[in-house]
Amino acid sequence: MDSGYLLAIILLPVAGTILIAFIPGLSERLIRYIAAVSTLVSLILAVVIFAGFDRVIGGIQYEMKASWIEAVNANFHLGVDGLSLPLVLLTAFLGFVVVLISWKIHERVREYFAWLLLLEASILGVFCSLDLLLFFIFWEIEVIPMYFLISIWGTGRREYSSIKYVLYTLFGSAFMLAGILSLYFTTGSLSMVDIANRDGVIVQSIMPVAVIFWLLIIGFAVKLPVFPLHTWLPDAHTDAPTAGSVMLAGALIKMGGYGMIRICVSIFPEVAQQFAPLLLALAVISILYGAAVTLRQTDLKRMIAYSSVSHMGFVLLGVFALGDVSLTGAGLQMVSHGLLTGLLFAMAGLTMHNVEERDLTKLGGLARQMPVIAIVFSIAGLGSLGLPLTSGFAAEFITFTGAFSSTTVAGVEVYTLLAVLGVVLAAGYILWMLQRTFYGPVLEQYNGVKDADKLEKVYMFAFVALILLVGICPFILTDVIKLGVSPIAMLIGG
Amino acid sequence: MPSQAFWLIFLLPVISFVLIAVLVKPFTRRDSPVAGYITIMAITGSVILSIWTLAEVLGAPHHEIHVPDITWVVIGDFTIKMGIIMDSLTAVMLVVVTVVSLMVQIYSLGYMEHFVHHDGDTYTRYYAWMSLFTASMLGLIIADNLLMMFVFWEMVGLCSYLLIGYWFHKPSAANAAKKAFIVTRFGDFGFLAAILVLFANTGTFDTAQLSDMAAIGLLGGGALTWAAIGIFSGAMGKSAQFPLHVWLPDAMEGPTPVSALIHSATMVSAGVFLVARTFPIFAHSIEAVTLVAAIGAFTAIFAASMGLVMNDIKRVLAYSTISQLGYMMLALGAAGIVLNHEGHVTIEAAKAAVAIGIFHLFTHAFFKSLLFLGSGSVNHATGTFDMRLMGGLRKVMPWTYITFLIGSLSLAGIWPLAGFWSKDEILITALDGNKLLFVLAMITVFMTAFYMFRVIFMTFHGEYRGGESEEYSHPHESSKVMVLPLVFLAVLSVGVGWWNLGGNFAKFMGEHHPHGVNLFNVFTSSPWPIISLLLALAGIGLAYLMYGSKLISAEKIGARFKMFYNALINKYWFDELYENIIVKKVLLGGIFAGLQEIDANGVDGMVNSTASGVFGSGNIVRRLQTGQLQLYGLFIGLGAAVIAIVLFIVN
Repeated sequence: MDSGYLLAIILLPVAGTILIAFIPGLSERLIRYIAAVSTLVSLILAVVIFAGFDRVIGGIQYEMKASWIEAVNANFHLGVDGLSLPLVLLTAFLGFVVVLISWKIHERVREYFAWLLLLEASILGVFCSLDLLLFFIFWEIEVIPMYFLISIWGTGRREYSSIKYVLYTLFGSAFMLAGILSLYFTTGSLSMVDIANRDGVIVQSIMPVAVIFWLLIIGFAVKLPVFPLHTWLPDAHTDAPTAGSVMLAGALIKMGGYGMIRICVSIFPEVAQQFAPLLLALAVISILYGAAVTLRQTDLKRMIAYSSVSHMGFVLLGVFALGDVSLTGAGLQMVSHGLLTGLLFAMAGLTMHNVEERDLTKLGGLARQMPVIAIVFSIAGLGSLGLPLTSGFAAEFITFTGAFSSTTVAGVEVYTLLAVLGVVLAAGYILWMLQRTFYGPVLEQYNGVKDADKLEKVYMFAFVALILLVGICPFILTDVIKLGVSPIAMLIGG
Repeated sequence: MPSQAFWLIFLLPVISFVLIAVLVKPFTRRDSPVAGYITIMAITGSVILSIWTLAEVLGAPHHEIHVPDITWVVIGDFTIKMGIIMDSLTAVMLVVVTVVSLMVQIYSLGYMEHFVHHDGDTYTRYYAWMSLFTASMLGLIIADNLLMMFVFWEMVGLCSYLLIGYWFHKPSAANAAKKAFIVTRFGDFGFLAAILVLFANTGTFDTAQLSDMAAIGLLGGGALTWAAIGIFSGAMGKSAQFPLHVWLPDAMEGPTPVSALIHSATMVSAGVFLVARTFPIFAHSIEAVTLVAAIGAFTAIFAASMGLVMNDIKRVLAYSTISQLGYMMLALGAAGIVLNHEGHVTIEAAKAAVAIGIFHLFTHAFFKSLLFLGSGSVNHATGTFDMRLMGGLRKVMPWTYITFLIGSLSLAGIWPLAGFWSKDEILITALDGNKLLFVLAMITVFMTAFYMFRVIFMTFHGEYRGGESEEYSHPHESSKVMVLPLVFLAVLSVGVGWWNLGGNFAKFMGEHHPHGVNLFNVFTSSPWPIISLLLALAGIGLAYLMYGSKLISAEKIGARFKMFYNALINKYWFDELYENIIVKKVLLGGIFAGLQEIDANGVDGMVNSTASGVFGSGNIVRRLQTGQLQLYGLFIGLGAAVIAIVLFIVN
């Protein structure tokens, strides 16, 4: 059924990359338009499949399968279900928006947009792949554009941060590759669907399933990130260009949470249940520790980066509470965090671009000089601290309720209550950040700084509209996400 | 009355907010008051509908009207609904909120004019947030389930944050706004936890269903007690009960009409309302109701004591508000204790038991908002809130003076004004509940009368002391648009207490056999009303001696009891404890700084040293590859020897 859609969604940005990279003599303007058009069409197609997704039958839709490497039984197998579809939509949205955000880039424009589009394509590929090898290849491709984006167009210690990012990611993927290979030799298949449907039945055991589970978890935990594997994230986010931070925080780290649900939990439900308390403990540590460290930051972007460690902890909580509601909450939290933190980074980037200052101790009073940015930044912040009517509240509340009343993991109530404390701390750092940036006496040196221009207002408005839409009508997403996670939760009996 | 009309009460201010935000702001001049007119029209509509609703509920069987729910989110068995509960509690609250809000919005037209013309403020931002606040508050009141309550609970908190920080360029305002949000959120943690506990145990958020389950014992034991305590912690944050009281005095940084609406009459009483709404749950836990009563009584006297010495008129009123909210909590808790003593904790009995606390909430809303608006009027004339710079305003501001006096008499509990009737009920209930709490409440009566008349004498009597600056050397009465709401609220502050003559209010709330008194036999039925009235008069008398006739020197008393005075004027050092010791030293400077160090040097340090370790060993290995065959031969020989030795040992 409509099998070409996913391929088109992934290939459009790739086509953009090829056009931009290989047609000589393109003007900057034309490059930008190619990038905008290819990502916009990709976004429109993503909206089309989201609207067309059959919410009655659920399951995997828009499937396409072609034989690829017969020797290892690898297929070019794409498809989306309720879990991956919202993430595809999120990535396509952010992929388009970051092109707009990058409109004012004038340094090595051709390479910049080529890498940016390739980055989007690889993330989309991860969310659409149903074959483990294909999944892994997309997963690895993503590293290259991100490396160049940080190391060339970044700021601060960009060489250090970009190399750290690459090494850390490769470290994680080495575990993941070992896990995938073990799975292949154990089951003789690379198809996520087949392996999950066999419900862990093993053809020939080469190592305990718990070991395979942990190999994979480590790979995903680096990306999510989970304490203590998180320290690449603040550096990478802080030194990346704005579009890179938005993509990184908004879409890329969701691959970790997605992989945990799609591969770890659905292939190894019993193992997941066995180790859930440990992973929940790590979730709580990530949330509280992340929030505590956030409160100590004085760099605008670094602060938002650390808050991501805390907020992605809620995803881990929802995943390993292993209930259908908590998993739905985790899925929603991924989308919500993508929108909120994406917008926070976009606004931080805009503030830094216009004011040329990122140190919170030197900012202040900007609400008078840049009122539009102040309002939108505040909305993103309020969403991030979980204010009702924003996506942040909907996602966190569903996650907490689902986790607290989950019956599959003992002691989950305690972990959940500790996690809720993270919301109190979030109020602390978000309001402090807003106050340091926008409130207080108007500073003379910032007189005459620019507020958002028309183009910037367009994507700001789009972000805000989506944040409120998901916050007020979360069922738009949860109705889809639950189709994807309920079968997984059923494996555990949640 | 169609059920859509109930929703409309809430939707009118929502529409007003959207209109102002979307249409008025871009298409009007900066100083255009059209945003104010829109807000006033919308809330007038809500007032009319609320009064109509009250009439309908008064006439309905069991004083309750059923309104169908709207389904919102469904995930498996997990369903969230949005719905309205239309009972006597809702009806009373609707009238309180819409009427006070309307008065405040009208008054604000005059009050904000000064700031619009002199400081470059706009009506649009102010009225947009006022509309949003009113809508959120109404949403909180009509909500029939805890989740929806929590949503609007946070929304009113947001509006409070925005309006306290309305003058965000002032650091004190920005700090106060942040403090208010974070302190109340600390309480909200308990509220959210309680919602989770209740849902995990019952599978519902609906307050009526939760009440039923508590009544038949499906919900009980530790879960119920902890849930009640959690809900109460949310209420403590919003209603500024000890030890979460510290944010409310600072919240006075907001414009004064905001203080009148949000920080005296409506939002801060939301905590009391929340406990009242969930009282059928509280009533089943003697621990929870005792806690409510004890915290309430202690807060009442604790806050009143700080009100005795403040020189800022709004701060006196702020402490007074905290103290009166404590009274309301005491009323609820003591009624719960009495219920438990009598041993018949039915849903009906529990719902009726909130009558006393809610009656005080009802009367307090009118006279306290009146007092705040009066202080705003005084501020307009003098440019300051410092009473040491005022004095003698009685002659130049007769309307403000008379209405302020009526509000103060009502708050002090002087017969036959509104405050007398509601306070009297609380004292009697406290006596039935617990003798110690009763004594605290009685002492508070004396203190309340004293601090209010200290304000009256310092502000309105004696000679004028010049105000903020030269500019204010000739104070004058405020404009009509500000005086009219004062007069209207003054009339209410006199009369609304008579609703409960013959126990009518209690009957409306569901009490079948209220102890009804009429206007005059109140003093003959029990000795306590006359005793509390005499205590209040004694407080007024002492205030007169110290600040009116100055026969007793306030300075000498202050010097004689210097330790007490210091404790009071420094607010018992609670700000110091929370902000400097706990937040700055223990958390930010201690634990969080430690974690930051661990993150930078421990966790990340390990990553970096692994990297440099790999780098370093790479260097060593590189040196081994010298290309000299002799060396390689040596290594091969050594390796073979080691293998041989190992094999030999193993065998």
